[in-house]
Amino acid sequence: MPKLIKLVGEQAQWAENTFVNVTDEDAIPEAGDVILSLTRFQAEGDALLSSNSRRVGVRIEPAEEVEALAYDLPRLSVVALAFPKYRDGRAYTSAHLLRERFAYQGEVRAVGDVLQEQAGFMVRCGFDAFEPNDGATPEAWTKAANRFRHVYQRAVDARPIAADERAVQAKEGAL
Amino acid sequence: MYQYDVIDREFLTDRSNEFRHQVTRRLAGELTEDQFKPLRLMNGLYLQLHAYMLRVAIPYGSLNSRQARRLAWVARTYDKGYGHMTTRQNIQFNWIKLKDAPDILDALAEVDLHAIQTSGNCIRNTTADPYAGATAEEIDDPRVWSEVIRQWSTLHPEFSYLPRKFKIAITGALTDRAAVKVHDIGLILRRARDGSLGFEVIVGGGQGRTPYVGPTIKHHLPASSLLSYLEAVLRVYNRHGRRDNIYKARIKILVAALGAEEFGRQVEEEWAKIDQGRADLGDLELARIRGAFAQTPFETLPARSEVFEAAKAASPALARFARNNVKPHKKPGYAIVEVSLKAVGQTPGDATADQLDVVADLAERYGLDDLRVTHAQNLVLPHIKLDDLPAVHAILEANGLATANIDLISDIIACPGLDYCALANARAIPIAQDIAKTFADPDRAETIGELKIKISGCINACGHHHVAHIGILGVDKKGEEFYQLSLGGSGAEDASIGKILGPALPADKVAPAIDTLVDTYLSARQGEERFLDTYRRVGLEPFKEAVYAQAD
Repeated sequence: MPKLIKLVGEQAQWAENTFVNVTDEDAIPEAGDVILSLTRFQAEGDALLSSNSRRVGVRIEPAEEVEALAYDLPRLSVVALAFPKYRDGRAYTSAHLLRERFAYQGEVRAVGDVLQEQAGFMVRCGFDAFEPNDGATPEAWTKAANRFRHVYQRAVDARPIAADERAVQAKEGAL
Repeated sequence: MYQYDVIDREFLTDRSNEFRHQVTRRLAGELTEDQFKPLRLMNGLYLQLHAYMLRVAIPYGSLNSRQARRLAWVARTYDKGYGHMTTRQNIQFNWIKLKDAPDILDALAEVDLHAIQTSGNCIRNTTADPYAGATAEEIDDPRVWSEVIRQWSTLHPEFSYLPRKFKIAITGALTDRAAVKVHDIGLILRRARDGSLGFEVIVGGGQGRTPYVGPTIKHHLPASSLLSYLEAVLRVYNRHGRRDNIYKARIKILVAALGAEEFGRQVEEEWAKIDQGRADLGDLELARIRGAFAQTPFETLPARSEVFEAAKAASPALARFARNNVKPHKKPGYAIVEVSLKAVGQTPGDATADQLDVVADLAERYGLDDLRVTHAQNLVLPHIKLDDLPAVHAILEANGLATANIDLISDIIACPGLDYCALANARAIPIAQDIAKTFADPDRAETIGELKIKISGCINACGHHHVAHIGILGVDKKGEEFYQLSLGGSGAEDASIGKILGPALPADKVAPAIDTLVDTYLSARQGEERFLDTYRRVGLEPFKEAVYAQAD
């Protein structure tokens, strides 16, 4: 099972990964938390969610649209967004939409080709859990995610952007 | 020009430190070249045929004297004493050592320069009219909006791994000196009937393998909604642009596949869902950015300068320079001065460190400390008093910078080609030099008039050959360099894609073929027609016949 890093506030920490990633060929285990593909979830998700108390997540590939989950999001514990290659940036948009358009409160997890160099972008787009495949430690992850003291554009994190900082400065200057 | 504040400066420091850390890891072997490649590319560092090439961003082509001197210093200290201006208003250094790159970026950051996003599949440096703030034609200053986009696009978390690179250009004038119709997004500032400021938004233009003149998808976007609308365009592209084939990944392919109308509809649909209050900058920040452009303290001067008129009458060289390189300014008594980097025999767009210093001195002493780079690979002193023109011209002349050929046949755009570039199929620079020599007689060049020749060493079209009056594309035929000519393209407000003239020619036949094309034009020309106008009137055939009849 890949190691899992979760964001607690601005700090990244090791976290226990209770979810089993079920591929489309696997049988769904009798019990325990699972992450299913979108197709599998659409076929079997309802039964799983209503039959027992386990938690369910869905894995979204870059070409799949998070809009497909719109009505299920309140019941989902994890949405895992796949990066088949780090260069495929569609999952950033998916994360943005989950947080900003659907106000999804659960875990948004980056899986696949997940590198610490992308930490800052991921955090700003609303990811809060990561399965790095470059051996990144939480310390390295925190450092990479907070490397820049300032950001210029509004994203889904709560960071004040340069324009906000300047407005505060202007106000203080005027006092 | 825009004055950096503490936030802008700290941002560059952080970026510089990040890159130094990455280079240290690479040199220590902690990162493989494969892992390091995307990181160095995000900082403009390419591995070329002979060395690393560093592309430094010149936001919207605007520099002050201090920055220009620092670029000269980099050229002298870390390169072979020169830099190359690109068709996207940036500067490239061709002989960089990896170990020096972090020091160079630190030195650049000290003068508010950087190489962020000069490569990679992200939003590249926004380009703009090099006459911004100086031309009377202007509806609004495109630099203000370019700076808004620079900040917004810098390390954008959602749009840094797009299907492919993404280039935005802006003009505030009707004369298009920024090639806005052949960019991923082109923006033209416009006033609506009610006087409100907005943009005409063109999406999906481009060059490369599949050239397109971009369609307009919005006729009047309120200026204050710029960022939310760009977010919508980029989001539709990020989600739906092709990622299976690098040659079909630019936004132009998506726009062409969907059709401009459907693409525009998808953008509108996405835009309607965006919270504009969050996505757009407020009036306060827009006003701050506008205000952060240093005021240009123009003096009140008479429209006519007796000093200049007398000097012109006495010096044919100055008179020629005035006819070709001096352009009207919005303020009486001032002029826009183009500094050609296309002297005969020179590599188009190259400036030596000494030349950069000379132009920096001129900008500081005579030009309100303002200097521009054009997409045609020349420099511009945008605010020169007519009274100072004789002195400025004399200094330019003494430094090999007074070539009076702007937009004439020897003002050739050329990519670095096979002399430097790892992608090229053929050399571009020697072809440009051949043509410039063929038309070295300045009287003849003036008789020929405006004629834009552009040369690319491969189909990626960095030399803009598709939108040249005469385009030249280097191709490889069984290991030999050949050149395909095309006619009738334009990257200006009358944008069009050129048509291929016929079979490709060997290198030594290119300049003679251009000569034949020019003779054909001169004998068919009516009145004041430019080459392009004559071509558009008479079509390809007479030119084709003339060139290939002679070749037989």
